[in-house]
Amino acid sequence: MNVGIVSYGAYIPRYRIRVEEIAKVWGANANSIIDGLMVFEKSVPDLDEDTITIAVEAARYAINRANINPEKIGAVYTGSESHPYAVKPSRTVIAEAIGATPDLTVADFEFACKAGTAAIQTCMGMVETGMIELGMAIGSDVSQGAPGDALEYTAAAGGVAYIIGKKDQVANIESTYSYTTDTPDFWRREGMPYPEHGGRFTGEPGYFKHVSSAAEGLMKRMGTKPSDYNYAIFHQPNGKFPTRVAKMLGFTSEQIKPGLVVPRLGNTYSGSCMMGLAATLDIAKAGDRIFMTSFGSGAGSDAFSFTVTDRIDEIRNRAPGVETLLANPIYINYATYARHKGKIKL
Amino acid sequence: MSVPRFWRRIKNLYNLIGTHCEKCGGFFYPPRNMCPKCRRNGIVNPFKFKGAGVVVTYTIVHTAAKDYAKLTPYILAIIKLDEGPSLTSQVICDHSQIHIGMRVKSAFRKLGEESDKGMIYYGTKFVPMEEKA
Amino acid sequence: MRDVAIIGVGCTEFGELWDKSFRELFVEAGVSAIEDANVQGGKIDALYVGNMSGGRFIEQEHLGALIADYSGLASLNVPSTRVEAACASGGLALRQGILAVASGYHDIVVAGGAEKMTDVGVETTTDALAAAADREWEGIMGATFPGLYAMIAKLHMHKYGTTQEQLAAVAVKNHHNGTMNPKAQFQNEISIETVINSLMVADPLRVFDCSPITDGASAVVIAPAEIAKKYCDTPIYVKASAQASGTISLHDRPDITTVDATVAAAKWAYKMAKLKPNDIGFAEVHDCFTIAEICAIEDLGFVKKGEGGPATESGMTAIGGKIPINPSGGLKACGHPVGATGVKQAVEITLQLRGEAGKRQINGAEIGLTHNVGGSGGTAVVHIFGREK
Repeated sequence: MNVGIVSYGAYIPRYRIRVEEIAKVWGANANSIIDGLMVFEKSVPDLDEDTITIAVEAARYAINRANINPEKIGAVYTGSESHPYAVKPSRTVIAEAIGATPDLTVADFEFACKAGTAAIQTCMGMVETGMIELGMAIGSDVSQGAPGDALEYTAAAGGVAYIIGKKDQVANIESTYSYTTDTPDFWRREGMPYPEHGGRFTGEPGYFKHVSSAAEGLMKRMGTKPSDYNYAIFHQPNGKFPTRVAKMLGFTSEQIKPGLVVPRLGNTYSGSCMMGLAATLDIAKAGDRIFMTSFGSGAGSDAFSFTVTDRIDEIRNRAPGVETLLANPIYINYATYARHKGKIKL
Repeated sequence: MSVPRFWRRIKNLYNLIGTHCEKCGGFFYPPRNMCPKCRRNGIVNPFKFKGAGVVVTYTIVHTAAKDYAKLTPYILAIIKLDEGPSLTSQVICDHSQIHIGMRVKSAFRKLGEESDKGMIYYGTKFVPMEEKA
Repeated sequence: MRDVAIIGVGCTEFGELWDKSFRELFVEAGVSAIEDANVQGGKIDALYVGNMSGGRFIEQEHLGALIADYSGLASLNVPSTRVEAACASGGLALRQGILAVASGYHDIVVAGGAEKMTDVGVETTTDALAAAADREWEGIMGATFPGLYAMIAKLHMHKYGTTQEQLAAVAVKNHHNGTMNPKAQFQNEISIETVINSLMVADPLRVFDCSPITDGASAVVIAPAEIAKKYCDTPIYVKASAQASGTISLHDRPDITTVDATVAAAKWAYKMAKLKPNDIGFAEVHDCFTIAEICAIEDLGFVKKGEGGPATESGMTAIGGKIPINPSGGLKACGHPVGATGVKQAVEITLQLRGEAGKRQINGAEIGLTHNVGGSGGTAVVHIFGREK
């Protein structure tokens, strides 16, 4: 394809809570949770951060990293399941804050954890057809987990922005393929503060079925195999699922290692595998091939195949990498976490 | 704040757009539509500030007005932007870290909201220059 | 322009006056001032009412008419004007009254101020007071009034080495003076330890560094100097009335530790009165926060910039010191019903100059100064009064 990633930017709030701290509150065994999820800690937004502020920080890094003229961005699409407004676009705030208004189109996307990759595909189509020169696709979340629920150990905060275009690509998008069915494994009804999930049902018929079908479907279409890729990223609701699906598909643990950010970050939902891709681009070399498959409950997966260009070295260090963003966390206790997440009603 | 009152200032609050007098070279943030020096002879146009500056003075607010009580204790500061003008904003950093003379740069944050049902206000706060939070 | 004198003063008690309404407070202060001046109501030519935020505190505007009506002056159609400059509303109402008489436009004028602050919750009060700062560029960023003054204090400490204890010394002194003022909201002694161990409001200012929320009213009767003796034995003459503006926002101030409006108003007042800071015997200054008194005595020229802290600590500003400051207890101990404060300062000066200040009487007081500030320094009003013209 003629389109690719022109720039990218990530943002992670500085606060973290450890799994032990959450487990202590609910009288759960932290070690078995860590073993089961392969997650040690998760990011927590500051009191004045939300999906929009996180998306703006990521978007500004993406713009700065490649010296993009924001007026050339013709579309901003953001995937999130924690848009601060149920009705009123988040993206207008972002578009305004990056100086891209008024000559552009914006919309909020929602598809559980894969709305961000859906936004990439939408931008690809618009760039490819010449409707726009540059499109920005963002995955950003301050995801919710009910107190005491299994999701509380992983539901994290973070965002990633990708600028999609034809010129000056840092990674060409060779192809993309999606696999979608109506599989209600996880949802949140209008007006409800926390999502509901189908427990183990979210695993086999949800995650594994869709991720593997999309991944296999794309490789079949392209005639590629796991060993053709230097790196692979799969949606990371926890550490275990992507590790297992990688193995099922024939990818090695070395291939997924750079992009497996979930153990120290948690699940950033719409930002999840896009954060893994950013972490991988942070270390990739020209010519490297990267495979990525997202997953959104409900359910669907978007698979992508990328080839890194030599421009990556030129722009990489102009914005903080994922490792930098993960460094120097501030650890908080459950009470502070509850306050940050608005779980204490004033 | 009301919705129109906030909306009118969105470009200023989000992107630190103030004004600049072409005549005397003065920079204004918060924006002024009349140059206090040249007054009617001034030529005042919008100007986007870079967002880098220094903490002139600060306090840690423990008792806040209703809309800000959720954030307490928070750091309130006067920041002198590199281009010249000073403004009032919050600095997001460890309370032991804040000091007069600290270099800071802009960050995008929620300023407040009008209850759970109301409008959310976004705008510019500041973080330490060396490690952008 | 003709010379002007204060011929009567009145003041309610200051405090949380749950059983008194705004209009009752004003009428009480007004009536006692008129009685003190021995003036018949029918002689009053005009009323000036200082008030900051009737709209927020009691949801009542049009306070001039309300006061004229409830003072029994509506039937005489006496003109009544509400004056607003945040916490300097009282000082400004006084100045409007003085100007009206000095100009020859009116002869007998009542200038008063009142604020009823306890009919609403403390959050509404805080928010209403924050409206004295720039709502669009300070308020929306989370600035509170204590927060703004705390930033002044922080920089003052940084530049001049002013200490927590020196700030506290202002509160301790003013509480001591308050013990001798039967109308003061706080009439109890406090110690330095009380202040520095009290709850933090905005670092470095603690609860005891802040003036309280107060209900109260004050009034003075103003007359041309040439007829003043007709009404009272000891008229107190207005030697100077000066008002100056500064930037509304603290961040736009050329020097954050200097209220330049105070410096300008003081300069003009001294010139008008042909006096120097050294000639002032005592003063009532705007100590909405302890740091505000320290800045005030510097900006009024009583001490050099940066020396306000040590001067206070040394006892220079106590009753019996070189220049007693806030013998009434100031805003800190006497209380701070914002619209009334500027007038109450003139009431205190009058009582002192007449020798009627009771236990807190300053011996040999000849010339007194009042200093009233609006917001963080957007408005400053300085008056100088004397026993002689």
